[in-house]
Amino acid sequence: MNINETFRVSLEALMANKVRSALTMLGVIIGVTAVILLVSVGEGARKYIETELTGLGSNLLIITPGKVDTKGGFRPHSVGTVRKLSYDDALFLKRRSQYLKEAVPVILGTANIKYSNLSRDTTVIGITPEYLNLRILKIESGSFITQVDIDTKKKVIVMGKTTKKELFGHENALGKLVTVGESRYRVVGIMATKGVSLGMDFDDVVFIPVTSAEELFDTDKLFEIISSVKRPENLNAAIAEIKELLIKRHSNKEDFTITSQSDILSTMQTILTIMTGVLGGIAGISLVVGGIGIMNIMLVSVRERTREIGIRKAIGARHKDILIQFLIEAITLSILGGIIGIILGAGFSIVIPYFLPFYLPTQVTLWPVLLAFFFSMAVGIFFGIYPARKASLLDPIESLRYE
Amino acid sequence: MIVVKDIKKTYRMGDQSIDALRGVSLSISDGEFISLMGPSGSGKSTLMSIIGCLDRPTSGSYKLFNKEVSDISDDELARIRNEKIGFIFQSFNLLPRFSAIKNVELPLIYSGVPSEEWRKRSLDAMKAVGLENRIDHKPTELSGGQQQRVAIARALVNNPGIILADEPTGNLDSKSGEQIMAILQNLNEEKGVTIILVTHEPNIARFSKRIIHIKDGAIVKDEKNAHRNFVSALKV
Repeated sequence: MNINETFRVSLEALMANKVRSALTMLGVIIGVTAVILLVSVGEGARKYIETELTGLGSNLLIITPGKVDTKGGFRPHSVGTVRKLSYDDALFLKRRSQYLKEAVPVILGTANIKYSNLSRDTTVIGITPEYLNLRILKIESGSFITQVDIDTKKKVIVMGKTTKKELFGHENALGKLVTVGESRYRVVGIMATKGVSLGMDFDDVVFIPVTSAEELFDTDKLFEIISSVKRPENLNAAIAEIKELLIKRHSNKEDFTITSQSDILSTMQTILTIMTGVLGGIAGISLVVGGIGIMNIMLVSVRERTREIGIRKAIGARHKDILIQFLIEAITLSILGGIIGIILGAGFSIVIPYFLPFYLPTQVTLWPVLLAFFFSMAVGIFFGIYPARKASLLDPIESLRYE
Repeated sequence: MIVVKDIKKTYRMGDQSIDALRGVSLSISDGEFISLMGPSGSGKSTLMSIIGCLDRPTSGSYKLFNKEVSDISDDELARIRNEKIGFIFQSFNLLPRFSAIKNVELPLIYSGVPSEEWRKRSLDAMKAVGLENRIDHKPTELSGGQQQRVAIARALVNNPGIILADEPTGNLDSKSGEQIMAILQNLNEEKGVTIILVTHEPNIARFSKRIIHIKDGAIVKDEKNAHRNFVSALKV
């Protein structure tokens, strides 16, 4: 029996029971749709993180106090016994290193900011002027912190868009005095909108000179030193150099951690790949359930068509012919379901984000589509082979007598 | 052409075993027209299934075209059924979903005949049974006699040397039955097709050249039919 004829016969058999075939396919359709949709959400998240992180610059090295052996990821805020990193460490690194372009000390804290009768608790970041370019931030009006501000511990403040709006509304804020903690700071600049990046709302922060921050929070402990490498290819050399310089300076102890942007990226990638895999796997289970549906219906179909099988065998169909005929029916159901599922899954992945009130990045990629397609085909073969074999092994005489 | 020697067939049903055939020997040569007669349960259908390569004997030897059937593989037997043997059943056994001509085409799709020839050959077979104007009818849209003629066309489409008919007129009125017999007789006379007919009706058996009586799984009488009837007066 040639393959075209087999396909035609299988399609005719499926068309003879349209509702039943459609319902059987529905199991596979739902399974494949779920696989594509969930994997697309996972991939979208991965892509989002990747863009965000590489947007911060790939030549950044972040030095934090305390030794953490695991690379990248989220570190616990180390307080207490951990040896501090200081403003002088940052200056020292910048002065002595041959690979580093910048080394910006960062002090992070929260403070209450008051203007007339309005007040707001917000994140205060103490930095040096180089921070602006390092984090790819932009000033909208006024100016950023200057080196003179640092050197003179001047009480000046640059506000994020949101903070400014909360405190001043549409009023001009430049030149106004605000109260931060217990001191008065003059507003010298307003940042351009940056938006949320990796959970940090850069519009709801204020920047002050790092030296003023030391006084404000009464500390000389840095939150981190952000440094940039002159050439990205020297990243590893720079890490080794920073280690050497700081260990010497910290009485031969490695009491700090250097994290590169790519470390964070690869950690996030790993987490999200696992997440995507888990989501896809869960969706895959429903695909297997769909396959069991196919097997169930094929078994019913074999029983119903016992007589047909007997007739076909009597007039010369071999085991193989019957086996292939029923197998192709099962595979047609699963592949057709797979294709519809792929279309629906990809369609939902593209359309659904537009109808959600929150941001959901989705990314339809080729591999889950191929995977879902071949998996659904495999499901068809796996769950089709048993009923098909059952059909092919039927005894022709008994089948012909079957009512 | 067909040589059966001491064939036995035993069916097991639970712990009971039933002897359907208890040693049957028989030889049939080319161009014969044989009726296998006997009451129901006599083993005549079992014998026909074995001759038609649908079933294998429990013991004994069956040579078809000088080849021992027990040595032939299942796939090869399927090919023999496809090319050398045509089957006609009491209940027609047409596929209800398919049109008449599609039913007739069915043996061709399992044969080596190229698909371009299917239509022409099945049309010829439909003409041979006088149904060339009913090709697109579904079996349910045809009378019993017409359905059986479609079944005959299906049996003929691969030009087999042997036609096995199991009570072909059993579900038909006598006029349709005679029509069927006329076609079979014509095939036997004109084309030399060997016809083996299973029946319990003496009325039907009288059209054949040789009548074999079977009872309780054994041949009790094997006779030439000297007073053979012809239905050639009935034109189809």
